[in-house]
Amino acid sequence: MTLALEVTELRKSFGGVAVTQGVNLAVQAGERRLIIGPNGAGKTTLFNQIAGELQPDSGSIKVFGHDLTNLPVHVRPHFGLSRTYQIINLFNKDTVLHNVALALLGISPRRFNPFNPLRVTDPVYDQARLVLDSVGLTDSADRHVGEMSYGEQRRVEIGVAMSQSPKLLLLDEPLAGLSQDERILVRDLIASLPRTTTIVMIEHDMDVALAFAEKISVLHYGSLIVEGDRDTVVNHPRTREVYLGH
Amino acid sequence: MKSWIGLVALAILATLPLVAGEYFVNLGSQVLIAVIFASSLNLLVGYAGLTSLGHASYLGLAAYFSAWLSLKFGLGHAVTAPAALLLTTLMGMIFGWIALRATGLGFLMLTLALSQIVWGLGYRWVSVTNGDNGLSGLTRPSPFGIDLDISANFYWFALIITTLCLIGIARLVHSPFGASIRGTRDQPRRMSALGYNVWSIRWFTFVIASFLGAVAGLLYVYFHKYIHPSVMAITVSAEALLCVIAGGSSTLIGPILGAFLVVMLKNYASAYVERWNMLLGFVFLFIVVFLPKGMVSARLWRNAPSGDKS
Repeated sequence: MTLALEVTELRKSFGGVAVTQGVNLAVQAGERRLIIGPNGAGKTTLFNQIAGELQPDSGSIKVFGHDLTNLPVHVRPHFGLSRTYQIINLFNKDTVLHNVALALLGISPRRFNPFNPLRVTDPVYDQARLVLDSVGLTDSADRHVGEMSYGEQRRVEIGVAMSQSPKLLLLDEPLAGLSQDERILVRDLIASLPRTTTIVMIEHDMDVALAFAEKISVLHYGSLIVEGDRDTVVNHPRTREVYLGH
Repeated sequence: MKSWIGLVALAILATLPLVAGEYFVNLGSQVLIAVIFASSLNLLVGYAGLTSLGHASYLGLAAYFSAWLSLKFGLGHAVTAPAALLLTTLMGMIFGWIALRATGLGFLMLTLALSQIVWGLGYRWVSVTNGDNGLSGLTRPSPFGIDLDISANFYWFALIITTLCLIGIARLVHSPFGASIRGTRDQPRRMSALGYNVWSIRWFTFVIASFLGAVAGLLYVYFHKYIHPSVMAITVSAEALLCVIAGGSSTLIGPILGAFLVVMLKNYASAYVERWNMLLGFVFLFIVVFLPKGMVSARLWRNAPSGDKS
């Protein structure tokens, strides 16, 4: 079976600082993978290379058998790759519905249409409403994203990402900066996402993250040091060393 | 509802030559040309968030191409008009490709630099442009045998072209592509991650803006029957930018109001006030301080919720 994500010998340096040092990652289709590691371990840098915002120095990235290593960012969503950001960057001046509609249009040939007005009755908005139903934001469709709480924005962001029916979803610290109540909502939302979407997540909230993950990879100074299921990783001496410093 | 208001406005504007004298009809034509010019720049400045200080290049290039082709080769307007539009749009493609190496201030400086080159050529390439003397002896076209040398006819001609341009712009900004233009202005990084080619979207917007700028340039050279390099100067680009900002960027009506204001001040107030440029400065200052979102944000116009809802 083809892997959802296959990262091979990935390397990236900024000047003299090697941020990714030969990372190998193999994620099965439908898997829930967690990537943890202390601050500065290179987790987001790894994500940015998978999503294409950073070009690796060497190594390769395959998503469902397609080699995406040298493809630009904007082509990757068309291969079923979607992501969220550590710091939310949605379209604050627009409505929730419009945010989702933009995501739907992004992978549709209609995005090139410069002539036919996008009316309120457009089918893309109906489709966007269905997406909002699935993430529990039905009633917020006409609200402006900028007026929403951070937790609600995070749910919109996940809705935006899921609207493209991605085969692989990268979640970069989806729980960071959320209140306890919001965490529960977002956690439940992530848990409810369909298995047709493979999820790779970076997260610091261990309670939530460990409950979510089937397999965990620990990144430290740009290298994967431990990988395995929950118990293996939690009890591994290297994990304890990295996190507790002894 | 909105198209109904537009039709009424159009009907009222169309009666101008019937009720006003030649001076005002000519002033009206100049306003219309400025409206196209400012609206085309607004696509870049307002919708794409790319502040250009070189838009006069396209007005000037189209005017010069049209004038030069007719004077040098004796070609008729049926050939020179499409040729000038095409050549100017090609220049827009090249300039856009260069200027979009950057965004923000870098983009602004590149558009300025490119337009200064064009402006310099206008003055120095005497064998083609006739330098500081400009190109004269030009004619207005007479489409379907209608004599555009009659002020009223020219005004109606300009009104039709302006209407077509504004309809085109309105359709563009409300289309899915228009939504993606605004998206690249607000969150370029997110737009890439959603599958949009941000650079291409910006480039196409640039090319469309330069094409519409060329349309304004053709009307400009038809109106004046003369072209001088000063039309490609930075002041002309800045004036268009002023129209957009004073009227209200990223709205359809803003550049129309702004163009009206600037042309009126320039032509009308200059008859009474010698230092009309200073007056323009004060008006601009007033708008920036009290209506930072432009004239469209004034109470008078705010009967419908504004913003980017679409």
